[in-house]
Amino acid sequence: MTQLALVIDLNVCVGCHACVTSCKEWNTSGQAGPMSDFDPYGADPTGTFFNRVQTFEVGEFPTTETVHFPKSCLHCEEPPCVPVCPTGASYKRAEDGIVLVDYDKCIGCKYCSWACPYGAREIDEKQKVMKKCTLCVDRIYDTTLAERDRKPACVLACPTSARLFGDVHDPESEVSIAIRESGGYPLMPEWGTQPANHYLPRRKTKLRIHEDELVRADNPLKVDGKLPKPAKAEPSLDDVTSW
Amino acid sequence: MHPAFSVIFLTTLIGVGQGLFLALFTVESYAAFDLLPKQDSRFYAFGSALALGFLVAGLIASFFHLGHPERAWRSAAKWRTSWLSREVIVLPAFMGVVFLYGAAHYTGFNPLLATLPSGAPVNVTAILGVAGTVLAFALFVCTGMIYACLRFLQEWHTPLTVINYTLLGGASGFFLATALAALAAPELMRFYAGWTLILTLLALVGRAASLLRNARLKPKSTLRTAIGVKHPRIVQMAQGAMGGSFNTREFFHGKSAALLRQVKWVFLLLVFPLPLGLLAGGVASASSALLLAAFAVQYAGLLAERWFFFAQANHPQNLYYQAVS
Amino acid sequence: MSVPTPSVQEVKKTTCYMCACRCGIRVHLVDGQVRYIDGNPDHPLNQGVICAKGSSGIMKQYSPARLTKPLLRKQGSERGAGEFEAISWEQAFTLLSERLAKIRATDPKKFALFTGRDQMQALTGLFARQFGTPNYAAHGGFCSVNMAAGMIYTIGGSFWEFGGPDLDRAKLFVMIGTAEDHHSNPLKIAISKFKRNGGRFVSINPVRTGYSAIADEWVPIRPGTDGALLLAIIHEIIAQGLYDRDFLVRYTNAGQLVNLDEKSDEFGMFLRTEVPEEEGCFDPQNKLWWDRTSQKPVITHTEGCDPHLLGEFTLSDGTKVSPAFQLLQARVKDYTPEWAERLTGIPAATIKRLAYEMGVTARDQQIELPIAWTDSWGKEHDTVTGNPVAFHAMRGLAAHSNGFHSIRALAILMSLLGTIDRPGGFRHKAPFPRPIPPCAKTPNTPLAVKPNHPLDGMALGWPAEPDDLFVDEDGKPVRIDKAFSWEYPLSVHGLMHNVITNAWRGDPYRIDTLLIFMANMAWNSTMNTAEVRKMLNDKDEQGEYKIPFIVVCDAFQSEMTAFADLVLPDTTYLERHDVMSMLDRPISEFDGPVDSVRIPVLPPTGECKPFQEVLIELGTRLKLPVFVKKDGTRKYRDYPDFVTNYETEPGSGIGFLAGWRGKGGEKFMRGEPNLRQWEMYAANNCVYHHELPRSYQYMRNWNQGYLEWSQRSRITRYAEPILIHLYSEVLQKFRLAAQGKGITRKPPEHLKQRIETYFDPLPFYFDPLEVQATDTHKYPLAAVTQRPMAMYHSWDSQNAWLRQIHAHNYLYINARTARLAGIADDDWIWVESQWGKVRCMARLSEAVEPGTVWTWNAIGKAAGAWNLTPDANESKLGFLLNHVISEELPEGNGRISNSDPVTGQAAWYDVRVRISKVSPGETAETSPQFATLQPYPGQSERKSLLSFIAGAKK
Repeated sequence: MTQLALVIDLNVCVGCHACVTSCKEWNTSGQAGPMSDFDPYGADPTGTFFNRVQTFEVGEFPTTETVHFPKSCLHCEEPPCVPVCPTGASYKRAEDGIVLVDYDKCIGCKYCSWACPYGAREIDEKQKVMKKCTLCVDRIYDTTLAERDRKPACVLACPTSARLFGDVHDPESEVSIAIRESGGYPLMPEWGTQPANHYLPRRKTKLRIHEDELVRADNPLKVDGKLPKPAKAEPSLDDVTSW
Repeated sequence: MHPAFSVIFLTTLIGVGQGLFLALFTVESYAAFDLLPKQDSRFYAFGSALALGFLVAGLIASFFHLGHPERAWRSAAKWRTSWLSREVIVLPAFMGVVFLYGAAHYTGFNPLLATLPSGAPVNVTAILGVAGTVLAFALFVCTGMIYACLRFLQEWHTPLTVINYTLLGGASGFFLATALAALAAPELMRFYAGWTLILTLLALVGRAASLLRNARLKPKSTLRTAIGVKHPRIVQMAQGAMGGSFNTREFFHGKSAALLRQVKWVFLLLVFPLPLGLLAGGVASASSALLLAAFAVQYAGLLAERWFFFAQANHPQNLYYQAVS
Repeated sequence: MSVPTPSVQEVKKTTCYMCACRCGIRVHLVDGQVRYIDGNPDHPLNQGVICAKGSSGIMKQYSPARLTKPLLRKQGSERGAGEFEAISWEQAFTLLSERLAKIRATDPKKFALFTGRDQMQALTGLFARQFGTPNYAAHGGFCSVNMAAGMIYTIGGSFWEFGGPDLDRAKLFVMIGTAEDHHSNPLKIAISKFKRNGGRFVSINPVRTGYSAIADEWVPIRPGTDGALLLAIIHEIIAQGLYDRDFLVRYTNAGQLVNLDEKSDEFGMFLRTEVPEEEGCFDPQNKLWWDRTSQKPVITHTEGCDPHLLGEFTLSDGTKVSPAFQLLQARVKDYTPEWAERLTGIPAATIKRLAYEMGVTARDQQIELPIAWTDSWGKEHDTVTGNPVAFHAMRGLAAHSNGFHSIRALAILMSLLGTIDRPGGFRHKAPFPRPIPPCAKTPNTPLAVKPNHPLDGMALGWPAEPDDLFVDEDGKPVRIDKAFSWEYPLSVHGLMHNVITNAWRGDPYRIDTLLIFMANMAWNSTMNTAEVRKMLNDKDEQGEYKIPFIVVCDAFQSEMTAFADLVLPDTTYLERHDVMSMLDRPISEFDGPVDSVRIPVLPPTGECKPFQEVLIELGTRLKLPVFVKKDGTRKYRDYPDFVTNYETEPGSGIGFLAGWRGKGGEKFMRGEPNLRQWEMYAANNCVYHHELPRSYQYMRNWNQGYLEWSQRSRITRYAEPILIHLYSEVLQKFRLAAQGKGITRKPPEHLKQRIETYFDPLPFYFDPLEVQATDTHKYPLAAVTQRPMAMYHSWDSQNAWLRQIHAHNYLYINARTARLAGIADDDWIWVESQWGKVRCMARLSEAVEPGTVWTWNAIGKAAGAWNLTPDANESKLGFLLNHVISEELPEGNGRISNSDPVTGQAAWYDVRVRISKVSPGETAETSPQFATLQPYPGQSERKSLLSFIAGAKK
């Protein structure tokens, strides 16, 4: 059984929001659209987005980490939003595990959004139905697109390729390997929702320089006769003992 | 959570309707066993109409919660998994039974179907009453479970939610029944007042228990689990939108903690001691006005209680929506 | 999902311009409406990715802020009020060409053309030069000219278009003063790959955002002290012997002998042999080394010789000399890590560790590529080697008055580590490297400005000595912005930030017409915004505007358009032809020259006209020589026709586009015009990419093969090696002039001290000029800005999607600093400098060093501007820091720009401020506020609900 998902690599996400607007751009004119914006030129512009990049500060100066954190529907393996839906508008596809909303069945009761601990669903204030990330289901199977383009818009856009896409049930897929080898983790595991999307943590590269590596035999100062050595006048054992 | 008035009215109004119906059938059952004097069928008919009125009003209120009320019929589909779907089935079923119950009394079409060994008659209204009672309790369970089943809304995820919906709905219905009795069947007033007192005190115990429980809750989710970074100090700087979003509108009450505390004390006052005082006064003076006031005060209190019920619930998604910049 | 999938009907390729990065894009159209813009996977720059801005192009295209008609200020209305009436293009052209013809016939310098965007300079520069005005520049002077000048005067190349870090092979990457970048998507791609390959990434920045967020180590630094840090690192690298001696000897002027005879006119200059040399714009190879074997002076690069880098020697005539490297060592002797710690706030141990990481990585992780090449002295090398330490820097270093020297220090550090144009280090991009300095020069006399004649020289150039300055006999500036004068001699990008102030004051003179293209000089692109707005609207005693006529060409209703007398509606990038030309700023890759084009995918909106067409039309009407035939009639039908057929000189074979030249498109760089050139670009992803042979891809400063190829292709005139200037004779020449030595021009008395101080041939550290003139007890905090990634280098907060991400801005303050000032999150506060104050909201942060406050720039807008509602958060909650930044320094020796004294780079980040909570009861609204702008004629209505579906029937 296939479970499509995103793996988001926080190690390289610079928080550029490319995934945010490329998603909106694709989907507003796509099957999931429109994604309405209220007061787009007014005081508090607010619109439907399937994906957001948030920013957190971890720790205290000067050891602060700034974490950019993209968040969209996690396509849980046990999606709590699905069983609560009274109409069956909210469903999880058996064939690929994508959690979708059938706009024609949705009554806009918002109950699914209450049932999602991640805040991944929102009501489109124009269409009055619940909307969410579809993993660009109208792209990924579209055979009129070149094969490289059959990916969610956010994945294609991401300049740091921080968004990997694939089948997390296939142990040999890029995403499964990334989860396995780079410490992929789910969000809020305490609720047993088993999110299909995973996040990869920051990884630090450190450089350790041993003191004895600093000076080499071919130190250029030697060529110019200036290799640092202690002045003869500096104290030495000769000053204090005669054995 | 953001308290939606549609849901506040829905749950409180149908609670009154359910409680009132239970009050009516309680009397009819007592009367069947001759524990209470028989009532004129108009009492039941009028009472049922009143209960139905509350149920209809609640139903209408619920439509304001929907983006697509014209598709509301679809919501019966998933009764196997969704408490909301179950509620959607049980509520009209209950309304239908209440209607039939009232209609049977009103039209006098109440043939005897059987007689119990004890000699108590089993009429059509008795069958409808039993059915209505089952459905009324089922409805309390459905309504309560809509909230109680959401396991990460920890304030709600407790049997107390169902118990309190039941007790508070029942109490409010019995308050109304007491006032109704004062107007139409004075001999029932004290009976109802007694049950009202019992239900209200039980509700007080239940609600106080949930308040105490919730005050001691430790959120299971933290920013650490929300973003998966293990550090005691994580502060949000930006949530990705500055002009607000569904996430900031639907899940936040937007009021201060002080106001929340005030509302709590207001509802505790309005739902419990004040109406009970009015009840005592009303019964003592046989004043239907005081008893109606008791009901009204408690209903107002229940609106506050329900507002508080929603506002107090902390959705874990709020962890992701703490700050803008 | 009730909306049926619309069939994608058309996909057109062009080049993005939501910022200056210039990615290849595919524009998907449905029924003529833009449905989706994604990255072009076949484009070398962005390889298919796209950023937040590029993905929001639709909202730019259909923005209600767009101008659609030429507009004339209503008679009797004030500038700034934004009251206009629509006129026809014919009226606009007549009005403008009559006015400009008069100016050109009398005094061409009274016309000034300044452009905010600098990717059209091939044409805008040509127009200005043909017109005959010296008063032309793009925005580089207030952006990052220090980065260009500091690097190019040192290594003959610079970051961004002209070069960058080779992160494919680097092992250690150090980024200074950069959060987001011009070269945004390519850098993002590269950093990500670099990190995944296990490279170590260190970010030095007062603030941890953007790229710094994912750095392995963040080194917080106090703004304006980067020079101190870099000099201390150089100190440590030299003290430990961690420099690449072989590289320094052969490829830099480290070993060249400097005259130490203070009495000589040649003091501080390199010793030269008597060998006669051809004169030209290059570094003749006639300098001397002190050979270690023979212990005698020899001509540099003499086979079998190896110079001393350290020591002092005496020539036979008694002249004392030292290798340049000796002087550098002496210079940094006192710049110890402990000294730098006090200035930068970075612990000395960290500075040392950084130096060791750089030095040891460069030395011990050397890369060797099996690429044979021949250097300029004929020596054949079997391999190309590289020391894998890469750097990147941008405005954080540049936008300080000491930025030039900080950046010189950076370029020198990169050279000490032996990382120039080598794998894993810094790599050039064509047309760089160029001689130091590049050959282009401005005229050096006011006589070059003649009525009805093109300017006799370039409006911008690269002075090599005092005689190259563009000044009159008294040493006074010829240009309105005083560029290339003794005040800012190496202001190679001009000083756009002083144009309005200078013109208003009439210093050096009054002008008549100011044409501004795509620059918001009445808002976020100017310093001292509130005062500059007054200047734009100021009149003299006769009631005449001090700047008599202002023309603004822009696609949007910016704050600046409100001050125009004439507004010309530009198209968006989706509606026009453009070239990313080798004559300007191409998009070359490390492996060879690349230029590219924009091809319209949509017809112009309303009456919008691309600015290029406006210039060609004006040029034709004014009969500027290149735009008309001999008989004075129109030569070019339109801009595409111009691009196809224009040659820099008749028959030169060099035009705006380098690809597919020659009759059949078979030639590159040089060849006859090809009538099908546009088609060929269109068929090839709008890009021409000339990949160099591998042996030409590295060491290009000294790569004989490359330099000769470059010369044959006419990228350069000379094929001489470009030695790195650790020690800058150019700077020394100015210093000598200030000391009264030599036969060159001498600075005016009041500037002598300034020139002598700041034209130091070796980098040195000084407190930024404004800081020197500030009571830092009263104003203790540095205040800096940066643009967020979702808006970097873009000019549209009105974008319906992007503004939801940043609708207003806060002042970020280190949490401890804020608490000490009694400031909490969301408090309204005053930010005050010696120049002015701004009211804004505070946000506490742990990701900023305690002595710095910062905000996102250009989020704040004037009420009603960009056709946002008057109560938009941009104008009520958002703010501009520009109000507390001055374009001039406190009056001392006359008025002088708040700029780097060498390059005229606007010193945005030198301002010092204090912060305090507002008094109780003050309005919760940003201050200052300005009169609300109303929509102009021709602007579309702003919707309160936007449900965009491309191609949906309206």
